[in-house]
Amino acid sequence: MSETMTITIDGREIQARPGQTILEAAEAAGVYIPRLCYMKGLTPHGSCRVCTVLVNGRPQSACTQPATPGAVIENDTERLLALRRNIIEMLFVEGNHFCMFCEKSGNCELQALAYRFGIPAPMYPYLWPKREVDASHPDVMVDHNRCILCARCVRASRDLDGKNVFQFVNRNGHKRVAVNAEARLGDTDLKVTDKAVAACPVGALLKKRVGYAVPVGKRLYDHEPIGSDIAAAHKK
Amino acid sequence: MSENLQTSVREICRACNNDRARMMDIVLAVQAKYGCVSSEAMDTIAKAVSTHRVEVESVVSFYAFLSSRPKGKVVIRLCNDVIDRMHGADRVAETFRQELGIGFGETTPDGQISLEYTPCIGMCDQAPAALVNDVVVTELHRSTAQHIVREINRHMDPRRLVTRLGDGNNAHQLVQAMVNNNIRKAGPVIFAPSDLGAGLAKALAMSPAEVIRDIKTARLRGRGGAGFPTGMKWEFARGANDQNRYVVCNADEGEPGTFKDRVILTERPELLIEGMAIAGYAIGASEGIIYLRGEYAYLRAFLEHMLNECRNWGILGQNIGGKKGFHFDIRIQMGAGAYVCGEETALLSSCEGLRGDPKNRPPFPAQKGYQSHPTIVNNVETFCCVTRIMDKGAGAFAQLGSSGSPGTKLLSVSGDCRSQGVYEVEFGIKLRDVLKMVGGEDAGAVQVGGPSGRMVGPDEFDRPICYDHLATGGALMVFGPECNVVDIARQFMEFFVEESCGYCTPCRVGNVLLKERLEQILAGRGEREDLAYLQELGETIKTMSRCGLGQTSANPVLSTIQSFPAAYEALLKDTRTDGFRPTFDIGAALGEAQAIVGRRSVHFAD
Ligand SMILES: Cc1cc2nc3c(=O)[nH]c(=O)nc-3n(C[C@H](O)[C@H](O)[C@H](O)COP(=O)(O)O)c2cc1C
Ligand code: SF4
Ligand code: FES
Repeated sequence: MSETMTITIDGREIQARPGQTILEAAEAAGVYIPRLCYMKGLTPHGSCRVCTVLVNGRPQSACTQPATPGAVIENDTERLLALRRNIIEMLFVEGNHFCMFCEKSGNCELQALAYRFGIPAPMYPYLWPKREVDASHPDVMVDHNRCILCARCVRASRDLDGKNVFQFVNRNGHKRVAVNAEARLGDTDLKVTDKAVAACPVGALLKKRVGYAVPVGKRLYDHEPIGSDIAAAHKK
Repeated sequence: MSENLQTSVREICRACNNDRARMMDIVLAVQAKYGCVSSEAMDTIAKAVSTHRVEVESVVSFYAFLSSRPKGKVVIRLCNDVIDRMHGADRVAETFRQELGIGFGETTPDGQISLEYTPCIGMCDQAPAALVNDVVVTELHRSTAQHIVREINRHMDPRRLVTRLGDGNNAHQLVQAMVNNNIRKAGPVIFAPSDLGAGLAKALAMSPAEVIRDIKTARLRGRGGAGFPTGMKWEFARGANDQNRYVVCNADEGEPGTFKDRVILTERPELLIEGMAIAGYAIGASEGIIYLRGEYAYLRAFLEHMLNECRNWGILGQNIGGKKGFHFDIRIQMGAGAYVCGEETALLSSCEGLRGDPKNRPPFPAQKGYQSHPTIVNNVETFCCVTRIMDKGAGAFAQLGSSGSPGTKLLSVSGDCRSQGVYEVEFGIKLRDVLKMVGGEDAGAVQVGGPSGRMVGPDEFDRPICYDHLATGGALMVFGPECNVVDIARQFMEFFVEESCGYCTPCRVGNVLLKERLEQILAGRGEREDLAYLQELGETIKTMSRCGLGQTSANPVLSTIQSFPAAYEALLKDTRTDGFRPTFDIGAALGEAQAIVGRRSVHFAD
């Protein structure tokens, strides 16, 4: 049943199992495909587009695209790196990200991707949106300024916590995460221990009273670029 | 009051079987009754259909015609697309503003009338046009706008604004619209007289596989824009391992400048319904859905009536044509103002009562579509072609048009030309010949296929209209020799920025950035480097976006840079040698500070 198939990533042949996405198959073979809205254990969302690869010449999001026998995939090319860099820069100018005093700094996947891609400052003009902070919950706060609309909290709350605390409202650039209450997070049944809280890749959903707990030098991405663990795990 | 609201909202939900999948019908009914879907209504709906309140809010906040805050009893929605503005929509807007004493996006203080803009409502051939609730008013100018406001203030009944009726079925008692068909050229496929039921009868005399083979022999390709081979799509759906299959008609017609489906729905609905029944037989489906854009709500009662007629005529129903076991019927699903819902997977999301977000592919709709069952989605015109192919034969159809693009195509022609309207032409016709036919010989630019298509200049007018050259879902917007293509591109970007579903990063953010830079250029702050910037940004959106909207939204910019470089050159400043960009005027920026401290900055001690 679970016969493997061969796919090629950047000229290297790897094995994939039926049902695996390109991103999963690559990861299992020690090949890192940059990603942001993807999170292990959640249904892929395919929204950030950072994981875009060329599959037989066509752009596809690796986190949603199933591996198919003989697929020829381009991942680590100059052009794709440039296109992904553009996407990451878009996320920076779309919100209000002040890394220097953000509690998530050093542990933030967006910031870590920017470092990995060598982005000192975005070339796009900042859009300076007006966004809210919701501190109504006793243990958790939402800072919409930092939200990148990855839907990790939405999916985690629905699929892992069984709660549906979060969902998107509005469309286009006005799209934002809303809570399952008239307006305030404090009026939902969210618990600080919910998987949804930990799922946020940036500093939009934060536990209160534990900011800056890890000293600089010991944070997640202080030494190795994000994704380094994938190649390292494979070498072992 | 509050108890009343809850009771009647519960009643609406019950009428929809408390079915969460019918969320669109529920919220549209609540909106129609109360002018909004209030917070309390959302709570009540969520309880009735056993979902979460935020799920209801998620749907309501997605669609332009739904609102959580109260709107006026009458909502005037003025179409502000490029063609309407070319024909004076801005003057009409000014009149509405003055007469109502409010701005766009506002409601009169007495809560009676709201004023809004809306993108193309499918009336470019009789622009400027507006929707007053469901009622379409066309060919507006200052005095008609003034008249509309005064009448509405007097009786609050939009139906009474219709003082003249359009031609054909627009005058039907269930339509009663002032809309005109403007059929300028009837061809052999869509507008030729038809023999009701003949196509279906011939299909039923064959096996489903033979029907699909004939559609393939006719080499029919989708008329909605993407041009996918119809027979192949049907074969995928037929081959999918599932007993429940669906036939969906895409009547969303949201691409600005396109209005041919409106005319089919008005004059040839039976051709469409018959085509859907043939599709049902071919793929083995018993249910069909017509997804009708909210802007065409004025056609709904008429279409319901035509569905009933087709039931009476034996085109829909049980054991159709005496074929034991072939049952097929159709329901109408209303949209609520979202261009992206024309994208087939977003359309299915909407039919399922969700936000109009496109879905991840694979699986494709033909494998897993509506409610995860195999589904074919086809354009209105495509289904009409099917009926005609069955009736007149695949060979006769394939002989029309060009070799790569057989058949005819309906063109929706609008803009700077003498005869705007719908033309049924054979594929392969040169754009120049179309321009001659419509009285637009001196065009300076033509937008082929709507904003998501391409802007072409006179040097390309000799190219043929077909899938392999100038492909189009039907829109041809004609612009005169004096037109400002950069400003037209900016207006198209405004449209895409508004209509992006917001799901993926490149489309949600990138289009905003494209629009921003075009505005800079038009304001005289552009630089030569901006062309490369726009191209790189445009390519990023095109390559990285998740659905067809983002994959085409940069086209207005990319195609005008390519075909009209001189228009950009004329707007660009010469590059400064120091590498700085004059994005703001420091003197003006310091003005406020200077005023406060009461002295001039040392930087300007001239
Ligand atoms: C943003 C967007 C809007 C679309 N709008 C429409 C539409 O209004 N009508 C339509 O028939 N197809 C539309 N399409 C194309 C549909 O996705 C789909 O290809 C088409 O309905 C298939 O039918 P066809 O093969 O008969 O053309 C749209 C596509 C995109 C990406
Ligand atoms: S391209 Fe992305 S944001 Fe744009 S409409 Fe499609 S899915 Fe939505
Ligand atoms: S990780 Fe694949 S689209 Fe975000």
